[in-house]
Order: sequence, then structure tokens, then C-alpha cells
Amino acid sequence: MSSMSDKPEKLITDDGLRLDGRRADEIRPMKIEIGVLSRADGSCYLEWGRNKILVGVFGPREAHPRRMQRADSAVIRYKYNMASFSVEDRARPGPSRRSIEISKVSREAFEPVIMAELFPKTAIDIYVEVLQADAGTRTAAINASSIALADAGIPMKGLITSCAFGKVDGQIVLDLNKEEDNYGEADFPVAMTQDGEITLMQMDGHLTPDEIKKGLELVKKGCKEILEIQQAVLRKKFETPVEETVEEVTDTEDTGNKIVEAEEPLEYASEAAVVEEALEEAEELEEEQLCEETVETDAVAEEIPEFEELENIIKEAEALVEEDTEEDVVEAEIEEEALKEEALEEEALEEEALEEALEEEVLEEEAEFEASFEAAPEPEDFEELEPIEEEVSSEVEEVEFDSEELAYEEAQLEEETGIEEVASEETFEPKPKIESETKTRTEVPAEEAVKAKVEPDEKKCEGPWKVVKDPSESGSRGENE
Amino acid sequence: MSEIIATLKKDYIYNLMIKGKRQDGRGFKEFRDIKLETNIISKAEGSAKVTLGNTQVLVGVKLQPGTPFPDSQGEGVIITNLELNAIASPDFEPGQPKEDAIEMARVVDRGIRESGTIDIKKLCIAVGESVWIVHIDVHILNDEGNLIDASCLAAIAALMTTVVPNEQHGIGKNVPLAMKGMPVGVTLAKIGSKLMVDPSLDEEAVCETKLTIVSSSDGSIAGMQKMGPVPFIEAEVMEAIDMACEKAAELRGLYLEGLANKE
Repeated sequence: MSSMSDKPEKLITDDGLRLDGRRADEIRPMKIEIGVLSRADGSCYLEWGRNKILVGVFGPREAHPRRMQRADSAVIRYKYNMASFSVEDRARPGPSRRSIEISKVSREAFEPVIMAELFPKTAIDIYVEVLQADAGTRTAAINASSIALADAGIPMKGLITSCAFGKVDGQIVLDLNKEEDNYGEADFPVAMTQDGEITLMQMDGHLTPDEIKKGLELVKKGCKEILEIQQAVLRKKFETPVEETVEEVTDTEDTGNKIVEAEEPLEYASEAAVVEEALEEAEELEEEQLCEETVETDAVAEEIPEFEELENIIKEAEALVEEDTEEDVVEAEIEEEALKEEALEEEALEEEALEEALEEEVLEEEAEFEASFEAAPEPEDFEELEPIEEEVSSEVEEVEFDSEELAYEEAQLEEETGIEEVASEETFEPKPKIESETKTRTEVPAEEAVKAKVEPDEKKCEGPWKVVKDPSESGSRGENE
Repeated sequence: MSEIIATLKKDYIYNLMIKGKRQDGRGFKEFRDIKLETNIISKAEGSAKVTLGNTQVLVGVKLQPGTPFPDSQGEGVIITNLELNAIASPDFEPGQPKEDAIEMARVVDRGIRESGTIDIKKLCIAVGESVWIVHIDVHILNDEGNLIDASCLAAIAALMTTVVPNEQHGIGKNVPLAMKGMPVGVTLAKIGSKLMVDPSLDEEAVCETKLTIVSSSDGSIAGMQKMGPVPFIEAEVMEAIDMACEKAAELRGLYLEGLANKE
């Protein structure tokens, strides 16, 4: 492919700099923008060096043709496509052998992390358009797809990050640019999970086993850097209020800086450092902003009275049955409080799932099924809160039924003892206390309901949805979509 | 391409593997019996058939003069084609090659191209005007697993016996195709955390992930491809490379070096 006439004399200068001024272990600057396509369920625009990649994710949606459907999981489809103008010599439109191969290995790179088993009979489509190619398009496309999948709310066990290493002038270097790709001695694209498990690995060229070992170390470092950028972008998107933005494509010369700019500055992600600064600011604003934005808020707010009643009844009954002291009652309440929150969260989750699946009836059913799945309490909670679990379970009818029972019990007990009056009074008092404790933050009373539901979202991170968030932050940020 | 394999069979193979055994009694580093025949198609400039267990692959090499690519005017062109013929398995269908076939073809091609085994500079007839186009056509005749290794071996053997048909085109005497080094592909199947060479059809169905490593005569790696969704960890990759290089050297000694001496 390479015409030797154009080959630069040296791809790495004596002081160890590459043609684009990078050192051997540096990646090209990467810019990521999330949610750039309104019709796609999730999307991402990524620039990496002079690569420009656009990814749209659709689904889970009904798989067509129907024979493609899988009874036990979603099918994942990955289409890598190069625009005919994306390369020096016009590429023939349509799938080439190269793009078919890349689509296959890229799909396989994602299969270990996408929780396809949650969406039987559906398809998750990942469409990659390479708008401008400049070496390393498959790795760039994978990085972008990871973000687009998260943007689409597809449950994943973690992000996939991809980077290549290669050999140039006998030296192992990270993230080849075009010249290095053309005239270098080897190219070794890798994709890995957050835990460093390799999900894509290809290689061509000439490498010794030792060089491969060294390269894999290098690529791990590169992937880590990229992961940080990805996480920062996701956090920013899901931490700030989602406002309507008018987007426009601005062409800033051909220096590889064609940028899709959003009017809202926060939406635009540049280098990791910048992102992170903005991130910290965003964090400070977080709480107030959160309260207003979420769609789920209303739904949950409506449900709260129901739960309060139920909760009180439960508490009273329990207090009576156990004949606990007042302190114990308060303790029990705290537990129940937590449970309630969980219940709310589960409701919210269920609704979310339903909303996502709106179009297809089939999907709706499945989402419900899932939601009930998720509604199952976490193992730890299970031990502590066993008695109350049943009431909390997602079926509303069940809950009502139980509450009647409890009311009856309560009445009986009331006849027997007088303690419960004290207890029941107490139940109303500590509640606000507990809430403010768990939050230790600002507390406009009207917003309490909202907060009560914002908090449970944290726990959501432990569920199958955790990918969208950063597990290491365990709920302190990014949990509100 | 993997056949639907009964869960029972899957369990069986998996349990055997845990005990360190394989269905057909082979060791984890053991290939099935290989038979290599060369020059079996006289119309082709080079040909070879590899029988690997029950897997059968036939490779024919044709050379034709053609125009060079604009960016490499003095170099010959290598085109590798691989088809999963419907004759080879009930799972294969006639028609356009599917992604599996395309991937295999490209892995085989990469091994040959990147190892530099064909001296493409010597395939130039007239700079910028005419060069030899080397068509490597891989015909899968029977799929009993590990098509890639069989294809790689057959392709390199066919190339090593290829004669450049100069006489036919009135440009001098026929000469053997200029070759250096012998790249050999070795595919490892990963089942659990174990690696085994030369997976059979059933093992391919169970393993989900394979790693093909093409290594050259000097022990360097010319091409790699991970196929399938299950991830590898770094230690496994290095282990796989060691195993592949070892087996490749063995195959080279057993089957290919003899061919080289004949020339």
C-alpha cells in the first residue's frame, strides 16, 4: 500500500519525538461529544487525531428479519462503514471485505459487556460512520460506540476502551498516526474492558513476542487514559441538566479540528483535563439541578403518599408485634425508610424500562419482566430486611393487600396494648430527621420527596445499569439521568 | 459456522477439558494428523491440499500479468480469496461470502502478506505497467474445524511450489516464485482458562473464542486475530504466543522445509 517515495526519512526523531510531536507513549488528542443525533437512542461523535467518527445506537428494538431474533438474548449488530470521501482515494461505497471484518471483531469486542440477555428477541444496532479516516479508525469507532451505547442506556458491565500500539523505526509506540501506520513495521489494535480483559486483538506486521509484551503494557496505559476521558464525558452529560441544544457543525479548517459544537458549552467535551474541571463545577451545582430535571420525579412524587401510608402501617404493626422500646422502633423505622426508598427506586426503574420499550408491545412485556427482576432486593438487604421485603415487592396489588392485613393486625394489637399509640406517633416524627441525615445537605421541605427519590438512584448503580455511571464513585455523581 | 451442538456434548467436552483431556484423546498441544500434498492441480501455477484430521482444504495459486497499484508501481499484487463452499458443511450456504469467510481470508492473507514471504519486488514485469498478480484461492472442501491453520499451511505450501509462468507470456524462462521465510498459522481455542491447539469442530463450537497467531521462520509474529466474544487476559496472550511459535516451528520442520529443499 505504501509508496516508498513519500516515506519520511525518520518517523521518530533522535530526541524521541514522533512526526506529530508525540512521545512514544502518548495518544493523539481525543474529543468526544455525546448525544449528537436526535433520532438515535444513543450517539457519539468522536475525534481522535484527524479521525472523525460518528456512532448511532438504536435499540433494544424488535429484531428484523425475525429469524435473526434470539429467544434468550438480544442480537448485537455492529456496522462499520467508511464514507467514500473519508480517505485519500475515494472508497467505493458500501461494505468492503475490510469493513465486514472490522464489524465482526468490533461486535465481538462488545459482546462480553453488553447485557444482551436482558432483552430477548430484540436487536441492538450500532452504526459506525467513519467520516474522516486517519489510522486507527476501528479503535476510535469502538471508543465512540462505548459512549453511544451508554448514552442509549444499554446495560453494560463496563465500558470498552480501545487503542492500538505498533512498531515504528524499531520502537514500540502507542496509537499510530497515518504515516506510522503506512510506513511502520506493525499495527496491533486492542480493545479491553475496564478490568483489562482483552476483547479485541488483531495484529499485522512484524513483532517479536517480547515486543508484544511491551506493547500490551503500553496499550493498557493508553486505554486507561481513554477510559478517563470516556468516563468524564459520561459524567458530564448525566450530571448536568438536559436542556434542548441546537447543534451545528462548524468547520475549523482541515487541521482535524472539525467539531460538532453544541451551544451549551458544558455539552462540549475537549481534553480530559478541561472536562474534569468543568466536572467539578458541575458537581457543586449537582444537587439543586438534579431536583428539577428528572422525568421520573413526578411519577414518584405521586406515589409517595401511598408508600407513606403503607410504611406507617407497617411500622406500627411491627413495633407492636415486637413490643420494642421506643428506640428500637426508631431503628426499625430507619430500616424501613431505606426499604421504602428502595421500593421507590424500583418503581422508577420499572417505569424507566417501560418508557424505553414504549414502541413495541413485546418489549413492554419484557421490560416489565426485567423490572420485576431488578426489583428483587440486593442480597445484603435481604438478610436484614427480610420481613418487609414482601410488601415492598413491585406488585402494587400485593402491597395493598398486605397493608390491609397489617391494618387489621394493628387494630387487634391496639386493643391489646397501649404502647402502639406512642410508637405510631413517633413514626411520623423521625422521618424527616432520617432523610436529612442520609443527605446531610440542603433541605427545602418541598424538595424532600424529590430527594428521597434521587437518593435511591444511587443504589441503582449496583444494578445492571451501573455501566452508565462510574462504579468507583459509587453513587456520588452521575447517577441522575 | 459453528454447528449447533447439544448441551450434553458441550458439557462432555468441557468436563473432559477440566480433566486435561480432549474428545479425541489428543493433548492440548497436539495437532490432528496432517497430510500435505502439493502440485495436485496441474492447471494451477501452484497448488496444495492439506488434510487436517478430517478437515480438507485445497489451495490453488494462479499468476496473471496485470497492472500494479498506483502507489506501488514496481510491486506484484497478492489477492487472497477464501470461500466456505456449501460442499464443505451443511452449515454453509451458496452465495456471497459471509463475515466468517471474509475474516478467515483476511487472516490468511495477512499472514502471507505481512511476513513478506513473497518477494513482491521480484514480481514486477515492467514498472508501472505490468506486474504479476498472485491469486491465492482457498477452497474449503470439508469443515471439521480449524480451517484457518489448514488454509495457512496449504497456502504457503502452494506458494512454495508455484512456478512463475514466464514462458506462457513470452517473457523468459519459468522460474520458481521467489520466497523467503515460511509463515505458519496456529489457532488456539480458549476453553475456560485453558488453551488448546487445532480445535476440532466440536471444540470450536464449545470454545467461543479462538486466537490465531501467524509466526514466521525467525520466530517473529506476522499476524494475530482474536475471534469470538470471550476476552483474553494478557498472560494468556503471551502463553498463546509461546505455544503457537513452538507448534509453528514443528509444522514448518515437518511439512514445509522438505518443500523448500526440493527447489
